[in-house]
Amino acid sequence: MSEEVKQCSCCEEEASEEELLARLDEVIEEYQGKPGALIPVLQYAQGIYGYLPEVALKRVALGLHKPYSEVAGVVGFYSYFSTVPRGKNLIRVCLGTACYVRGGKQVLDAIKSRLGIDVGETTEDRLFSLEIARCFGACGLAPAMSIGDEVFKRVRPARVPEILSRYNEVDAEKEGVVNVAG
Amino acid sequence: MPTLTIDDIKVEVPEGTSVLQAARQAGVKIPTLCYLEDVQAIGACRVCLVEVEGAKTLIASCTQPATEGMVVKTNTGKVRSGRRTVVELLLSEHEGDCKVCSRSADCELRTLAEDLGIGELQYTGEKTKRLVDQSTPALVRDTGKCISCRRCVTVCNEVQNVGALFAQGRGFATLIGPAFAQDLSDAVCVQCGQCAAVCPVGAITERNQIDEVWDALEDPTKTVIVQTAPAIRAALGECFQYPPGTLVTGKMVAALRRMGFDAVFDTDFTADLTIMEEGTELLGRLKKALVDGESVALPQFSSCSPGWINYMEHFNPDMLANLSTCKSPQQMFGAVAKTYYAKKIGVEPEDMVVVSVMPCTAKKFEAARPEMNDSGVQDVDIVLTTRELGAMITQAGIDFRALPDEEMDAPLGISTGAADIFANTGGVMEAALRTAWAIVTDSAPFPFPNLHVEPIAGLEGVKTASVKVTGAKGDWAFLEGAELKVAVAHGLGNAQKVIDQIRNGEAEYHFVEVMTCPGGCIGGGGQPRFTTNEVRRKRIEAIYKEDEGRELRQSHENPAVCALYEEYLGAPCGELSHDLLHTHYYEHERV
Ligand code: SF4
Ligand code: SF4
Ligand code: SF4
Ligand code: FES
Repeated sequence: MSEEVKQCSCCEEEASEEELLARLDEVIEEYQGKPGALIPVLQYAQGIYGYLPEVALKRVALGLHKPYSEVAGVVGFYSYFSTVPRGKNLIRVCLGTACYVRGGKQVLDAIKSRLGIDVGETTEDRLFSLEIARCFGACGLAPAMSIGDEVFKRVRPARVPEILSRYNEVDAEKEGVVNVAG
Repeated sequence: MPTLTIDDIKVEVPEGTSVLQAARQAGVKIPTLCYLEDVQAIGACRVCLVEVEGAKTLIASCTQPATEGMVVKTNTGKVRSGRRTVVELLLSEHEGDCKVCSRSADCELRTLAEDLGIGELQYTGEKTKRLVDQSTPALVRDTGKCISCRRCVTVCNEVQNVGALFAQGRGFATLIGPAFAQDLSDAVCVQCGQCAAVCPVGAITERNQIDEVWDALEDPTKTVIVQTAPAIRAALGECFQYPPGTLVTGKMVAALRRMGFDAVFDTDFTADLTIMEEGTELLGRLKKALVDGESVALPQFSSCSPGWINYMEHFNPDMLANLSTCKSPQQMFGAVAKTYYAKKIGVEPEDMVVVSVMPCTAKKFEAARPEMNDSGVQDVDIVLTTRELGAMITQAGIDFRALPDEEMDAPLGISTGAADIFANTGGVMEAALRTAWAIVTDSAPFPFPNLHVEPIAGLEGVKTASVKVTGAKGDWAFLEGAELKVAVAHGLGNAQKVIDQIRNGEAEYHFVEVMTCPGGCIGGGGQPRFTTNEVRRKRIEAIYKEDEGRELRQSHENPAVCALYEEYLGAPCGELSHDLLHTHYYEHERV
């Protein structure tokens, strides 16, 4: 069985890799020669791949006639861009004014130290990625954070380990539950 | 034309002049770090602070336009302490030790600290992250010393059109370098060293090979010979406080002899040889195109400048056939020295060490290319920059200024004025035209006064000329009446412009000279710092003076080159020449 699976996924991957590049090429073509093209093209590329792999970045550099160093520089400047695949669960901590004032920053710090990653990064087991959000519209119940589609309100830093552990467990048992809350 | 007052001096300046430039015009000195004349004014370092009447805060003068009636003060307590704070903060982050830094003699940051009277540091802060990149044969990067002035970024992107360097990351963690902090050898970098030439501190320097040379000189089993490129003689003096543009050929020879080289030779010799080969190659291409109706790649591009070769291999690989197949004079020298000369003196090539002194860091890379071993071993063993030679002479305890003038050794030290001018933009073309004209017309008078092709001289980025052939003789009669069109570019950005013109059919040339560095080799990445346009002009003047002072000023007149062909090589572009003096190029990726 395992052999079969291997073969299949390999073929599939190859085909999809080409397809992804073809989609990226379309975007590049559309933006070619236009001023300020780099950032929107990178946004599309991240949309296509879910992150920005080297092959995509080099394609963008070639297509837009930009030095690779500049493309990398722009990617590194905006935390929105990620060069590693996102984790299974995207954590977004709100740092809008209300959340910030009511301890959003402390929540963020607790997550950072718990997971050992910074904003824009992904844990080594690819379970979590961490980002900052501006506002969830949950200001009345600040501070707020979300994991996947699930929003957590009035989060205390002390609750962070417990919240995160749910996703660990869920993952251990079997996936599927994560998105139910949405 | 606004008029403003700077420290009580009234000055009238053209519209668009910055306060900094206006101050320089008025003879007022304002310190700078990130500013680079004609290349970059970005207001990043804030060392150039001044007080402007009516403004609440101190203002960076390099980005502030001069306006009518403006009153500027450059020497107030507020200005002095503002500048001092800026430099103290830079020093507090700086991961470097002046005592053992290769830049301590000409470091702009260290000088500034001294000029501003900074004794002790009040701030202790987090240090810049230190990554030392020794991945290339030409350059070493040390990010701990980088002050993020971005001069290198602008030069690499805008002057050289390469783009190997950019700001990576953000905030305090910003590092200037290739993509994702990769090594320079993994990036597309042509090794030109222009970044090292403009870096104000010790964050990018050439790979130091001085000790390798000392070791060779001390090895009794080795015959160690040295060649010096044409551009060295017009710049080495600056390492010993001579003003830019002082010719020190004779003292340089004397110094090299005292350092213990078994023979002191001249890359000029193989510059003359290059003209014989490259000129013959060009005439051959023209004959194929015009007489035999064969398809050949035209224009022919010159191939003396290894940064340019790297650039073509990465950025225009579809035009590699246009590059002359001639090796650079440095590599021709190595190949001739370890065959012809080695035989002459009865030394095996493996017992000979060829050291070059070059104005160029890319020459270090070139010497290490695996195909550069036509003598059976690596043709050129060690390459020093002009700066490294200056440092070596100092290490040897030689009082350079007190040295007598001495002559190069024969035979590989014999040369003509045509070889001297290889040092500056337009020189290779002029030298080639002098000899090609003589070959085609059987030595009719050259159609430009004093052998100088005026339209291709000077610091204009792209220069062109056309020469109408009259009096063509014998084999070359087919060229009679032809208009020979040539172009000269220096700085790779300018070279790309010429290539684009050719590609788009906007211009047609037969021969194009490209030198990687602005001004040509006299402005090379390995020359004494600091190379401004003013300095470039002075070095060029010196080179023309060297040429004009010679009895022989055309490469085909070089008696030692003629003897080399007679005794050993046969005819230019002949079989042995092909094996020893010509090379081939490889396509590389652009990203
Ligand atoms: S770069 Fe300049 S300031 Fe830094 S250690 Fe070297 S000499 Fe000193
Ligand atoms: S050596 Fe030339 S190409 Fe390489 S990083 Fe420096 S300036 Fe750019
Ligand atoms: S490496 Fe040198 S030139 Fe480049 S940013 Fe750093 S200090 Fe400036
Ligand atoms: S020289 Fe003006 S800000 Fe750096």
